[in-house]
Amino acid sequence: MHSYETGSHLDGPGIRVTLFLSGCPLRCQYCHNPDTWRLKDGMRVPLERIVGRLAHFAPALRSLKGGLTLSGGEPLVQPAFSRRIFAAAKEFGLHTALDTSGFLGDRATDEYLQSVDLVLLDIKSWDPETYRRVTKQDVAPTLRFAERLAAMGKPVWLRYVLVPGLTDEPANVEGVAKFVAPMKNVEWVEVLPFHQLGAFKWKALGLDYPLAETPPASPELLARVLGQFRDAGCNAR
Amino acid sequence: MLDVDVANPSSLTSHGPGYIDRDNEVVVGLQTDKPFRRAMMPTGGWNMIESGLKAIGREPDPAVRETFTKYRKTHNAAVFDQYTPEIRACRRSSIITGLPDAYGRGRIIGDYRRVALYGVDRLIEAKKAERAEIDARWPSEDVMRLREEMADQLRALADLKTMAASYGFDVGKPAANAREAVQWTYFGYLGAIKEMNGAAMSVGRVSTFLDIYIERDIAEKALDEAEAQELIDQLVIKLRIVRFLRTPEYDALFSGDPYWATECIGGMALDGRTLVTRSSFRMLQTLTNLGPAPEPNLTVLWSKNLPEAFKRQCIIVSRDTSSLQYENDDLMLPKFGDDYGIACCVSAMRIGKQMQYFGARVNLAKCLLYAINGGRDEMSGDQVGPAYRPVTGDVLDYEDVMAKFDDMMQWLARTYVHAMNCIHYSHDRYNYERLMMALHDRDVVRTMAFGIAGLSVAADSLSAIKHAKVKPVRDENGLVVDYQTTGDFPVFGNNDPRVDDIAVDLVKRFMDYLRRHPTYRDAIHTQSVLTITSNVVYGKGTGNTPDGRRKGEPFAPGANPMHGRDSHGWLASCLSVARLPYDEAQDGISYTLSVVPADNRQGEAAAITRATAALDTYFGQGGFHLNFNVLNRDTLLDAMENPDKYPQLTIRVSGYAVNFIRLTCEQQLDVVSRSFFHWQI
Repeated sequence: MHSYETGSHLDGPGIRVTLFLSGCPLRCQYCHNPDTWRLKDGMRVPLERIVGRLAHFAPALRSLKGGLTLSGGEPLVQPAFSRRIFAAAKEFGLHTALDTSGFLGDRATDEYLQSVDLVLLDIKSWDPETYRRVTKQDVAPTLRFAERLAAMGKPVWLRYVLVPGLTDEPANVEGVAKFVAPMKNVEWVEVLPFHQLGAFKWKALGLDYPLAETPPASPELLARVLGQFRDAGCNAR
Repeated sequence: MLDVDVANPSSLTSHGPGYIDRDNEVVVGLQTDKPFRRAMMPTGGWNMIESGLKAIGREPDPAVRETFTKYRKTHNAAVFDQYTPEIRACRRSSIITGLPDAYGRGRIIGDYRRVALYGVDRLIEAKKAERAEIDARWPSEDVMRLREEMADQLRALADLKTMAASYGFDVGKPAANAREAVQWTYFGYLGAIKEMNGAAMSVGRVSTFLDIYIERDIAEKALDEAEAQELIDQLVIKLRIVRFLRTPEYDALFSGDPYWATECIGGMALDGRTLVTRSSFRMLQTLTNLGPAPEPNLTVLWSKNLPEAFKRQCIIVSRDTSSLQYENDDLMLPKFGDDYGIACCVSAMRIGKQMQYFGARVNLAKCLLYAINGGRDEMSGDQVGPAYRPVTGDVLDYEDVMAKFDDMMQWLARTYVHAMNCIHYSHDRYNYERLMMALHDRDVVRTMAFGIAGLSVAADSLSAIKHAKVKPVRDENGLVVDYQTTGDFPVFGNNDPRVDDIAVDLVKRFMDYLRRHPTYRDAIHTQSVLTITSNVVYGKGTGNTPDGRRKGEPFAPGANPMHGRDSHGWLASCLSVARLPYDEAQDGISYTLSVVPADNRQGEAAAITRATAALDTYFGQGGFHLNFNVLNRDTLLDAMENPDKYPQLTIRVSGYAVNFIRLTCEQQLDVVSRSFFHWQI
């Protein structure tokens, strides 16, 4: 485990506890949690302790019509661990959300996904070239996972991080929009404008931050991209 | 300070009528004959007058000075005649602070609505009948005191009529319409603030009462909505310009010049109806019409059953003005019924049927240090508490420290009740609130309201001793003056029972020890976890603590976790506070939450829905009070640099609101250093 936060209103419906797990196969240029990349940088925490802590929050989370979100890092780096946490959350009557890049989507078995009410799928890019530039990995597993979720009818909020000069190509946005538009399980497409709030973590870790000079996404750019998604027929925000 | 009358001590009839702008006032009445002209109220204590005047280079009239130093004893003089050397030492070392022993105690709410509802003539008749009943009783000390008090009450009611007559109104009769109802009710309150410079002079719960008159007039087309709003706006203007003569030290302690004209809005009735009316909305609307301000201290009595539209409007007003506080009606209703008000910040009482003996608070963190040092003060080295055995050895042992702390808390509780009995005996005798008590039933329930400060510091310190390794550092005289703490330990504010249970235990324990000592006039013991803004001053007077807090560093306000230690978000923070038991702290548990407006891609309506769910949840989990600020740290920093740009910037602190630019620099820095949580709102 890396850490946990309470009171988030962005990681799924209602108000949530968000648990950040360590370990991630991607190395996104804009990552705002680079301190969660390496599994061994996390804390070893027994499942019982996490479940015990979650129990303290469960009544409030139910009242807040919220629940538990597993984020990271990439929760699917530890599929057995994360599945047990989700299962415990369901026992407490909580809504559950998996915040994932989808790159390890094959690890999420159908049984695993039974304990997940919502997938926050960070698609990052349509164009494989751009995807590789952003993440140093291949986009295909993510697209495959998205199609599988669509076939299952699993609710999805699709995330698209909008970075000026990196992911703002109109054709790239168009590709994602056309891919997602027919998927009825995708409740929202959320366009997340790039910000510099994670920069200090790169610095603290002694890493070279490739986007140090990148400006935040402008309101005009955000409006254009939202418009592209909406024109394709997506619920975008 | 604009002006002060140094010759005529204030009373109901001491000053002729005063106006702001006579032709445009629909609600009239000022404390003296001019706006912002302050008055002397010497019966609370002469020193307060003398030093208040000295601070502005004024001298009191020699005849007044002679009267109150030679012929007429004051409350302040009487208390100090009774105090023991031990109490004086506790006061000096500030383990017990803020006691109302030099000024008016306040925290009494007259039922000002009775003036409008019954008219003063009817009130006088009723008081006379009540008085006649006790004429038959044998004159024990209780009965004789009550007879004298009732005679004073009757004189005050007669004087109230005289005061109103000077403005051209006959309050002998009940109010006949909305304008009179507002005017009569305000006259009741005005009488109170002419006679008493109390720490907190709360209004009660008037808006829903006034709504009945307003709705009738609107139905009869005698009033339209704009005129109705104007009545409430003008009442609020009057409540905003109350001024008392106080000392600079007092104002520094409380960050400005607060008087806690607390007005409660919302809440539910015992029969399940809501007490929200159009006038509740009109009261909220004053913050828009007149701009944000600290007074009156608008307090929303929050119930899960409040109408949704009202809940949402409150959130919007909080978001735009940060001027509301919220208190848990679902917790208070079963205890206080459906006609209670809040005195000061968080003190509930049945209006007209209950009053409290206010008693500030003790410094629980300092008490822990006294336990470690065998009753010696960690700053001065003086023996203030009893010379119990100090902690010995190189590492603090939890069981050992806890046993010593327990003994020291018992001593402190006893000393505290002792001091409070002296104070309120003297106050009843020499500074009796004759008009406010005339607007009560004869036989009132009295509470004696104790309080604790430094709860989160004490709990975190004990958690450090229990879960980590704490080595005491002694000076050349053997006094423990610092601590070396190694290892991790859970801290209050993260919804972690390992430390939250320590805080709960401290609240229960201290309440239990207070209850062991009989009170003056058989008042019921209660306590609060509330600091107002004096958390800065308490911190200043307290040495290093085992939790790593440095000497002089501010405490957290009220029941808040220490700054920055509630590191897992607002939900965890407020759930820790919600765990503190209201049954053991029925004078209120204060919590301040500051949020920064954040990314709002889900839209305003969803954000407001979520905020109402957040309040429903915090209160549903047992939370008692919430100061809700929606602020940007950058705005506050800019306001420190450029105060002229922010004349009305209002923020909620522990239990009330302040004008940010009027805080001392230290207090501003304290506010800026607190935890801010990101909210989509």
